[in-house]
Amino acid sequence: MRRIPLAALIGLVFTGGYFFCAIFAGWIAPYGMAEVVGDSWEPWSATHWLGTDSIGRDLLSRMIWGGQTTIFVATAATVLSFTLGASLGFLAAVRGGWVDQVLSRLVDLVMSIPSLISALVVLSVMPVTLPILILVMGLLDATRVFRLSRAVAVDITVMDYVEAARLRGERQGWIIFREILPNALSPLIAEMGLRFIFMVLFISTLSFLGLGVQPPMADWGGIVKENKEGIVYGIPAALIPAFAISTLAISVNLVADWVLTRTTSLKGGRGA
Amino acid sequence: MPKPPEIVLKVQGLRIEATSYPPGEAPREVVLVQDVSFALEKGKVLGLIGESGAGKSTIGLASMAYGRGGVRITGGQVWLKGRDILQGRARDLRDLRGRQVTYVAQSAAAAFNPARQLMEQVIETTLSHGLATRAEAEARAVALFTRLGLPNPESIGKRYPHQVSGGQLQRVMTAMALCPQPDLVVFDEPTTALDVTTQIEVLAAIKEAIHLTGVAALYITHDLAVVAQVSDDIMVLRGGRMVEYGTVQQIIEEPREEYTRALVSVRSIDHAEKADGAAAVLSVANVTARYRGTKFDVLKTVTLDLPAGQTLAVVGESGSGKSTLARVITGLLPAAKGRITFSGRVLAPALADRSKDDLRELQMIYQMADVAMNPRQTVGTIIGRPLEFYFGLKGEAKRARVQDLLEQIEMGRGFIDRYPAELSGGQKQRVCIARALAAKPRLIICDEVTSALDPLVADGILKLLLNLQAQEGVAYLFITHDLATVRAIADRIAVMYRGEVVRYGPKSQVLAPPFDDYTDLLLSSVPEMQLGWLENVIATRKMHSAGN
Repeated sequence: MRRIPLAALIGLVFTGGYFFCAIFAGWIAPYGMAEVVGDSWEPWSATHWLGTDSIGRDLLSRMIWGGQTTIFVATAATVLSFTLGASLGFLAAVRGGWVDQVLSRLVDLVMSIPSLISALVVLSVMPVTLPILILVMGLLDATRVFRLSRAVAVDITVMDYVEAARLRGERQGWIIFREILPNALSPLIAEMGLRFIFMVLFISTLSFLGLGVQPPMADWGGIVKENKEGIVYGIPAALIPAFAISTLAISVNLVADWVLTRTTSLKGGRGA
Repeated sequence: MPKPPEIVLKVQGLRIEATSYPPGEAPREVVLVQDVSFALEKGKVLGLIGESGAGKSTIGLASMAYGRGGVRITGGQVWLKGRDILQGRARDLRDLRGRQVTYVAQSAAAAFNPARQLMEQVIETTLSHGLATRAEAEARAVALFTRLGLPNPESIGKRYPHQVSGGQLQRVMTAMALCPQPDLVVFDEPTTALDVTTQIEVLAAIKEAIHLTGVAALYITHDLAVVAQVSDDIMVLRGGRMVEYGTVQQIIEEPREEYTRALVSVRSIDHAEKADGAAAVLSVANVTARYRGTKFDVLKTVTLDLPAGQTLAVVGESGSGKSTLARVITGLLPAAKGRITFSGRVLAPALADRSKDDLRELQMIYQMADVAMNPRQTVGTIIGRPLEFYFGLKGEAKRARVQDLLEQIEMGRGFIDRYPAELSGGQKQRVCIARALAAKPRLIICDEVTSALDPLVADGILKLLLNLQAQEGVAYLFITHDLATVRAIADRIAVMYRGEVVRYGPKSQVLAPPFDDYTDLLLSSVPEMQLGWLENVIATRKMHSAGN
């Protein structure tokens, strides 16, 4: 095991911190998610480290509970988009022909509409619950993952070792998961870091617009929305979730970069 | 009184190092070249020869004070026309390169800018160094095109790189190198990527051009027979050290070192043709094939038989359809017409319609062992997969069988947990052979399996294949462009030219006169380790290569 570079270490600490808070929110958060504990927009104090929000809830607790929702939704949507996008992308590359045509044109169609607009349209007619949010975000984002994984896999399917597997009579499952996937992992992991961040931004945007996570549940985009009036009076409550989103984005990408260099330098990896 | 010869390039005690980054270990310094010294006179050619990793190209580039990708020249001197160029600053070096020293790369196709006309690229350095006006430079280039035997020398400069053949492109690059009238030209494997029938013409053109312009040249190659045709002196290198340095005559006729003797006498395999009589394991009857969406037949009514346990060599230059034949037999490209019989059964044309036994009994080995193995699988997985897939072997039984196979390919059990990146070129090819063998096939298609290997390593692979044939009775369909390999291994030979089999029969018949024109061209193009061979052949050949 080589030494972890400083940038990756910082990324790991921050990412780890955020995920830790998200997972153990119930134990860490000093107050309940929707508990009103004081006046609106109280300043930072020993009892309320980050002050209180527009209706007097403890902001630190809101941040921790909100982080849980945001990170959970983003993670679930990322996993969904990668599972779906990568499997279909690989399938399109391996099968080629009409399978590839149908899938690729379908993806083109979906991608031709900005994903925020599609999401808003779908969410305005559907009940906005967490599973629906995850499903909509995951499906929309799977198109991007499809594009990437198809492009990577098309390069790999022309390699002689894939041809050798075909000549041996291997089924598609083996070719996709044993021959292609291990060699496509590095670009996919790098993309996963990036996609996760886009998901965080996506859910935050939706919540800010009022079509994401519904009150009284907290999430970072929602906290910005609830406290945005405070900015005019010099109250920083809305900036704290913004700061959390940006630090999470940077730290996850630092980790993804490091994972990328680690996996490409593995024995015989692509671009080693 | 004759003037003493002018020394153009003098290299003394050259030492070159680089930092290597082995996977999973700390970086370490490696010495690529050490204690190399030589002198090159005006108008002479020095051949640098050795296997891959011998440091030939590194030395070639060092003679223009250049190290590729982190390579550092850490000791010695390189004197070019009396000036130690290793002491030069970047500006001096820029001025020197392209004016005094020029370079001819191995792959002309990769070295030319595809978006610019040839003439622009040929005269580029001449103009940028201000050595001539545009009109003068173009006149020079046309004169060089003529001298190098290019067709339509007046107008070929107007073409783009993809509009000329590989052999022509290599000659255009030679013209590019000679255009600034340098003192020294470095030729880095200029004919290695060419077909044997094309190579000989390019070789003759290069030799002629060197002779007429009177430059000094370094000629880098791994093929001793080629270098013997163009050089005055030869330096044999191994692992970055000088093994032997002498005149061509001395190296070829009385090599002093053991290693040089091995290089000179490579292809020592003596293979007697097997009796004709065994039943055919593979019969190809009137097969015609074309690629989807084209109207051109890549194979035209090909008919061949391969007796069980024997070797059929399919020879021809690139584009002759030999690899397409392999694709048709394996079912990757279903035949349009004709019938293929294998082990007494008629094979379905398409891969998807074939039975598991058909797939198992027909295995394939590829030219590039590097890309024929999944870099993320261990040797044990690679060889073990056919065992599991065809015979249902698992766990310990599978592992034991893989180890037996490793012994059989003369590699040893310890290799089972290695990754392909941890093997040498020859070992990789051996693992591919073991993978094919694991399926207990009746026929293995070998597609140029030794072409990417150094001669001594290739020799070992051929010997192994012959041994395995004797033990297992497997038949080989051996696709190659290298006639020396054919002589070494074949029982029968099919010569292919533009999709047709032009000559077919037992080895003794195919390689004995009277020859048809194409077979004559092919046979006469194989470089022989003999002085003056090139001139003789050029003077007596009847037909020109399709690539020209």
